[in-house]
Amino acid sequence: MIAQQLVNGIVTGSVYALFALGFTLIFGTFKILNLAHAGVFMSGAFIGYFAVLNGLPLWLALVLAMIGSGLISYIVELGAFATIRGSGQIEFGALISSIGANLCLMSLGQRLSNTKVLRFPFETFPVEFYEFGPVRFSFLQVIILLVVVVLLMAMMFYLYKTSFGRQIRAVSGNERVASLLGVNPGLVYFQTFFISGALAGVAGIMIGLSFNSIHFYMGEPYLLKAFVVVVLGGLGSVHGAVVAGMLLGIFQNLAVAYLPSALTETIIYGLLFVVLLVKPSGLFGSEGVQVGVARR
Amino acid sequence: MMLEVKDLAAAYSGIEALRGVSLHIEQGEMVALIGANGAGKSTLLNCLSGTVRAKRGSIRFDGSEIVGTRPHRVSRMGLLHVPEGRQILFELTVEENLLLGELARGSRTSDYGLSEVFKLFPILQERRLQRGGTLSGGQQQMLAIGRALMGGPKLLLLDEPSLGLSPIITDQVFDALQALNAAGLTILLVEQNANRALQVTKRAYLLEHGELAYQGNSADLLHDEKVIAHYLGHLPSA
Ligand SMILES: Nc1ncnc2c1ncn2[C@@H]1O[C@H](COP(=O)(O)OP(=O)(O)OP(=O)(O)O)[C@@H](O)[C@H]1O
Ligand SMILES: [Mg+2]
Repeated sequence: MIAQQLVNGIVTGSVYALFALGFTLIFGTFKILNLAHAGVFMSGAFIGYFAVLNGLPLWLALVLAMIGSGLISYIVELGAFATIRGSGQIEFGALISSIGANLCLMSLGQRLSNTKVLRFPFETFPVEFYEFGPVRFSFLQVIILLVVVVLLMAMMFYLYKTSFGRQIRAVSGNERVASLLGVNPGLVYFQTFFISGALAGVAGIMIGLSFNSIHFYMGEPYLLKAFVVVVLGGLGSVHGAVVAGMLLGIFQNLAVAYLPSALTETIIYGLLFVVLLVKPSGLFGSEGVQVGVARR
Repeated sequence: MMLEVKDLAAAYSGIEALRGVSLHIEQGEMVALIGANGAGKSTLLNCLSGTVRAKRGSIRFDGSEIVGTRPHRVSRMGLLHVPEGRQILFELTVEENLLLGELARGSRTSDYGLSEVFKLFPILQERRLQRGGTLSGGQQQMLAIGRALMGGPKLLLLDEPSLGLSPIITDQVFDALQALNAAGLTILLVEQNANRALQVTKRAYLLEHGELAYQGNSADLLHDEKVIAHYLGHLPSA
């Protein structure tokens, strides 16, 4: 029983991690709290849904959702952030304009879905189970885990082992100096927002499939979770987001199984509070990280 | 001619920081640009590298006009700027800082790769895998210079490389600059430490309130105590 909850928790947690990763990537790189990440996540689910509805195979729907939500994320950057970057008030301004962008995406979703919950057509996904001793995996769970692990590894490789990743981290450290060294900041903005959006899009379609439910409001609860994950893992820490996402997923599943359900959320936020009391910079945050709106 | 600046002016929200500066640097020269606090030295370098927009005037670098060119394009043309305060990327390792510098090189060839930079500054090889933020001031300056060298500079701009360094470390840095220049690199050296800058260069410009107050031989300026006293406010200290 506990092994099963653990497995379920890891699967849920991996999706949290995926969602939070894109969120923390933007925060870590540009110090922007991008609340439109929820809308981008929802867009990914919508794109995947309409692709499947039009008879495309699921893998293609997944690819389209990634590319589509990546582009939408970049459009948010152009519309909501690039426009105010010169003003010198980016942290607070971006928070507000990302709320605006999120509302735009949500109303679009509401229009497209007529405020209804959308469901994938029957048999979009084979409902199969594999048994490993006491533990049961659904086919979907296996796919989710595989996709997430591959994406996380690709992302780590990209960030820490390639020239592009170095450029992203350089702009994150100091955009002016990076440009003096030949880094084109515009390209870095594009890549970072695209990757962030693509990860959110995959998370969106995964969640849509898991619950077979897609609606314009689906991103909001994940945004709140992403805050927990990102703060728990350490603001801007990529490794931290992955570990904290997993922990949150596991904890949530165990709590649902063994604790009074009304208490789950209370306990999660209580725990977060305790972690922050003991280690204000989060589990993996460096002590020096400036939280929030501090300017260099 | 490597660099030809004509009548360059720049302002910060209406307040002029440069008021029509003209200067030139020949291929292979090492030239000093000195001046007191706030004279406009950094502003001039920032105009050259494109991080501050010139209000007026022209900058010809290696045959092309570069006013209005964005910084990453300027550096890819081979004009590399080591900014004031070194500006190491703290979160990247020493090696990553250097490899990032390679970007500006593009398809041009360069005399300086990792091994040449490590030969010039052996301490960087020892610290190769440490984060940039853990280096001492002198090591950071060496890293900043090494990083620019990786970009295959035709012209290297240095903004106060001796800032905050002990005399011994300053010597090391200046020795390295002289060696680089002897090997053919063209350098524009900005310094508040006028004495040192004049010792290692043949030609110098003196900037005052955004205008050129003197240009000529470094040696003449170095021994003209009246000029030093008048423009820099103090006699050169050894
Ligand atoms: N970002 C800025 N905004 C407004 N004014 C500025 C800015 N940067 C420089 N200035 C002003 O422009 C003038 C020239 O500054 P600059 O930094 O170019 O001088 P400097 O010769 O490099 O001085 P220092 O030796 O202190 O580095 C100064 O009066 C300075 O106050
Ligand atoms: Mg200066």
